[in-house]
Amino acid sequence: MRTRRSEWLTVVALEAWLPVVLVVAWWFGSASSTSVYFPPLSSILGSFAHDWLNSAGLASNLLPSLELLGLGFGVALASGVVMGTVLGLTPALERASRPLLEILRAIPGVALLPIFIVLFGIDQEMKVLLIAFGSFWPILLNTVDGVRGVEPLLFEVAEVFRFGRIRRLLSVVFPGASPQIFAGARTALSISLIILVVSETVGGNGGIGYFLLAAQRNFAISSMWGAIVALGILGYLLNIAFRLIERVILRWHRLQQTRLGSEK
Amino acid sequence: MTIHRSPTGPNSAHTSSAVILEARGLGHSYNDRAVLSPMDFTVFEGEFVCIVGPSGVGKTTLLRCLAALQPSTSGAVYVRSERVTQPTAGVALVFQDYSRSLMPWSSVLANVALPLRAAGSSRASARTDALRALALVGLDDVAAGMYPWQLSGGMQQRVAIARALASRPTLLLMDEPFASVDAYTRADLEDLMQRLQRELSLTVLLVTHDIDEAVYLSDRVIALNGRPAHVADIVSVDLGSRRDQLTTKGMPEFAELRARVHGLIRGSRGTTS
Ligand SMILES: Nc1ncnc2c1ncn2[C@@H]1O[C@H](COP(=O)(O)OP(=O)(O)O)[C@@H](O)[C@H]1O
Ligand SMILES: [Mg+2]
Repeated sequence: MRTRRSEWLTVVALEAWLPVVLVVAWWFGSASSTSVYFPPLSSILGSFAHDWLNSAGLASNLLPSLELLGLGFGVALASGVVMGTVLGLTPALERASRPLLEILRAIPGVALLPIFIVLFGIDQEMKVLLIAFGSFWPILLNTVDGVRGVEPLLFEVAEVFRFGRIRRLLSVVFPGASPQIFAGARTALSISLIILVVSETVGGNGGIGYFLLAAQRNFAISSMWGAIVALGILGYLLNIAFRLIERVILRWHRLQQTRLGSEK
Repeated sequence: MTIHRSPTGPNSAHTSSAVILEARGLGHSYNDRAVLSPMDFTVFEGEFVCIVGPSGVGKTTLLRCLAALQPSTSGAVYVRSERVTQPTAGVALVFQDYSRSLMPWSSVLANVALPLRAAGSSRASARTDALRALALVGLDDVAAGMYPWQLSGGMQQRVAIARALASRPTLLLMDEPFASVDAYTRADLEDLMQRLQRELSLTVLLVTHDIDEAVYLSDRVIALNGRPAHVADIVSVDLGSRRDQLTTKGMPEFAELRARVHGLIRGSRGTTS
């Protein structure tokens, strides 16, 4: 326990000093600012606390965003893994669709906002679909690569020991592809955050993007900055949550990589 | 030319045994390049048979055809008189490359339990049977909880053997199972297979390029040579059922058999070297 604790302290000491220095510098550097656009950090943090650190603020500004993000990312993850697995297990189909996929992937998700508005309106469904569409590609393409990269001998093991289709998927294909799937999902998560904010600037469902735009239009500049701080913290926490899940599910992979690394 | 020894020698374990595996006219070509010319052989219940031949002769190809992992281009395989066209429940295979044939994301226990689960065992009974199979090959509960790649090569091959044995197969096929471990581990694993075969009355067909190993382990040795490969001869090995590395390998009969198999295999190389 003690070593674990001191390790943790070391990490804090190594990683946290720079952010602390920057925040302190920002605090004192902006303390006497009279610029409308660059208010003192103290007033930004004041707005941040007022807008975000209470249940009413969270309910109207954060919850709608989390819901969109969860739905959009969830749809992308499920459909990307399913389609990626089908393509990865069907080389002929994969080859035939590869050029099309590469073109579709190259389109930035946010560029499709106008089309999606025309097609699906400005409500929640449109936003979920846009987030799902944008974050679908890295998951799909990484799943394809992951599935194709599964050790071929393991498919023969599955054959000799007569695994059924489901067992072959759950015990060979998905675990074998999981490191790649996670890599794709990590990229997809940051893409979905970007599309979330942009999509929330249309329509009036609340959420961070909506709040950000409203604050800017109302010249509530320190609230606007506060929303950006909230966005940064949200992205950071999402990333930590993602890494925790990855640590658990890919434990075998992390340990194996460490071992291979130490053998070299 | 070739004298096919009757498989019913006086000391053989299979005097009145049932036929487990039969290859009839089994041959294979890759894209019109013949690798195995059509061959016939039989493995009887309770027998330990080794197929021996130099690298590249087609041993893996033969074993894959026997396991129905790939269709042969001629002839047929019968297990207990049933024609086999896809992997069957009674036939288990230990692959040559243990490090790639075990799931790196599953514990040793889960690796061994997986075929049992696939065959319909409950989680609990698969676990019990898997632990029992691991105990048979000398792996305890601690090893059972580790990942396969955390074990030494010899231990990993033991896991692969346990996985193949867990479902109590009628026939165990092994593809050069000890080719990539050191000499001491190899001797240990050979003796492990001797003991398991005796205690569990297994029927084993093992492929190897190592003549000593083939003679040491076998009731009969099937010697392959030539391109395309054919059965040069089938040699009965009457060294008794209890063998050990020192005395058996020191016996004059062992040296004789070894020389004989060596001659059979070298026969084909006369043209190239
Ligand atoms: N999938 C394949 N396609 C074409 N040729 C193959 C294939 N597998 C093996 N061979 C060839 O068949 C011959 C026998 O190979 P193999 O059965 O692996 O021999 P062994 O196991 O005795 O070393 C070799 O010349 C090898 O190059
Ligand atoms: Mg081989």
